[in-house]
Amino acid sequence: MSSFWSAWIIVLTLATLVALIWLLRWNMKNYTHIEEGQEMDHEFDGIVELNNPLPKWWTYLFWACFVWGFLYLALFPGLGNFSGLLDWKSSNQDVQSLEESRQAMEEAHEKGMIVEYDRAVRAAEEKYGPIFEAFAEQPVEELAKNEDALDVGQRLFLQNCAQCHGSNAMGGQGFPNLTDDDWLYGGEPNDIKTSLLQGRRGNMAPFGEQFSDKEINELANYVASLSGRDRDPDLIEAGKANFAVCSACHGADGKGNQQLGAPNLTDDVWLYGGSINKIEETIRYGRSGVMPAWKDILGEDKIHVISAYVYSLSNDE
Amino acid sequence: MSRFKHEFVEKNLGWLSILMIIAVSIGGLVEITPLLFQKQTNEPIKGLQPYTALELEGRDIYIREGCNNCHSQMIRPFRAETERYGHYSLAGEHVWEFPHLWGSKRTGPDLARVGGRYSDEWHHVHLMNPRNVVPESNMPAFPWLAENTLTGEDTAKKMEVMRTLGVPYKDEDIAGAKEAVQGETEMDALIAYLQSLGTALQQADK
Repeated sequence: MSSFWSAWIIVLTLATLVALIWLLRWNMKNYTHIEEGQEMDHEFDGIVELNNPLPKWWTYLFWACFVWGFLYLALFPGLGNFSGLLDWKSSNQDVQSLEESRQAMEEAHEKGMIVEYDRAVRAAEEKYGPIFEAFAEQPVEELAKNEDALDVGQRLFLQNCAQCHGSNAMGGQGFPNLTDDDWLYGGEPNDIKTSLLQGRRGNMAPFGEQFSDKEINELANYVASLSGRDRDPDLIEAGKANFAVCSACHGADGKGNQQLGAPNLTDDVWLYGGSINKIEETIRYGRSGVMPAWKDILGEDKIHVISAYVYSLSNDE
Repeated sequence: MSRFKHEFVEKNLGWLSILMIIAVSIGGLVEITPLLFQKQTNEPIKGLQPYTALELEGRDIYIREGCNNCHSQMIRPFRAETERYGHYSLAGEHVWEFPHLWGSKRTGPDLARVGGRYSDEWHHVHLMNPRNVVPESNMPAFPWLAENTLTGEDTAKKMEVMRTLGVPYKDEDIAGAKEAVQGETEMDALIAYLQSLGTALQQADK
């Protein structure tokens, strides 16, 4: 803050306090030349005003407020650039990036300043840091058997993941079920962790222009038949002829490709619905599914624990 | 001073008003006026970008639908909040907000850093009917957003107004505004706006 605005605040604040003290003292004086408790020669409708002094309890409270005010301004940042004798503040508001925020936290700590927010974060780190460190040392498979870790993981899942995947992790249309051991990008611990850290971007191109409505219907019937569904053999046969285009991603056998996130079409698990209508819609308009990246939001330690929780959902003995 | 009697201000309404205004304004003069001239409150954080034309339209829809009545955009510097929502809000993130949408009440969660947390698809499903993805949600559905199409008629004008207020829009941003917005649905605009919220702070590090 420039010294002008600092002075502005200090002068106005102190002048107000001094003016109020003067006002209080002035009002405590009896300048009416009428004795306390006597009539003030002021009458309305039979009601008379007496010259009563200010109530004592009230004036004492007023004085106490001055004492409080001056003490507060001495200890805490209130007077312009004066940061107060305690060197206290609530947070580092003058940072401009996360990096600066971290630096400001370090600096304040080294200088012994009291930053209320930083203190809360440090206290939490001391308490929970070792727990997460211990979790981080265990591989995901091990951690998935650790009840405490799963409790933590579940909390974090409910907080951050349930919005899409549901509180029971069973997903919904467009949002994968995480409990069925059917994986778009792989179900190994590392695959899960990568999905969480970096996010995923699944993209199926639209084929509405390439294929006629009839061909799309045939393809949909063939795709449905891959999961063992009972469809008209003629339609299946006709659809199979055009499946070569699909096999680029889903494989010739329709078993999908986890490198691309192309779903397995033979297991009767349908991310966007398995009715002929829905399959047609998928072929005609394409699909794009996005799993956001959580590395910057949650950090690796928490993601490690969530990975263990998600892994446990499909690998429960 | 003993000549001056309290009776004077009690019987002269004009003077009473003037003295009251002085007394009441001191708090504002001390606490608000200096903030209008501070670096913290006037300088954008590193990497802050003005809203694109589509995001700006989305922001107006956010205001029209009253999202700010239930969602705040202000993460306070408490660990309990930053654990859930991310780094506490900084004044420098809001220097180009006219008006700011900090809100004062959270029926729903804070949205100051909702950008990038969910996919566009999720926002679409959620705005069409929040209970499709969050069964216990009491948020209203906004299905008409997907039907209403933006014309972009006023977008350039809005950006010009923002520029007079200090948002650094370039001429080409304003020239291309109508084209960027025309034909998009209100849903697209609102989602674009939501996806932009609070992301500047993280991007500044990269």
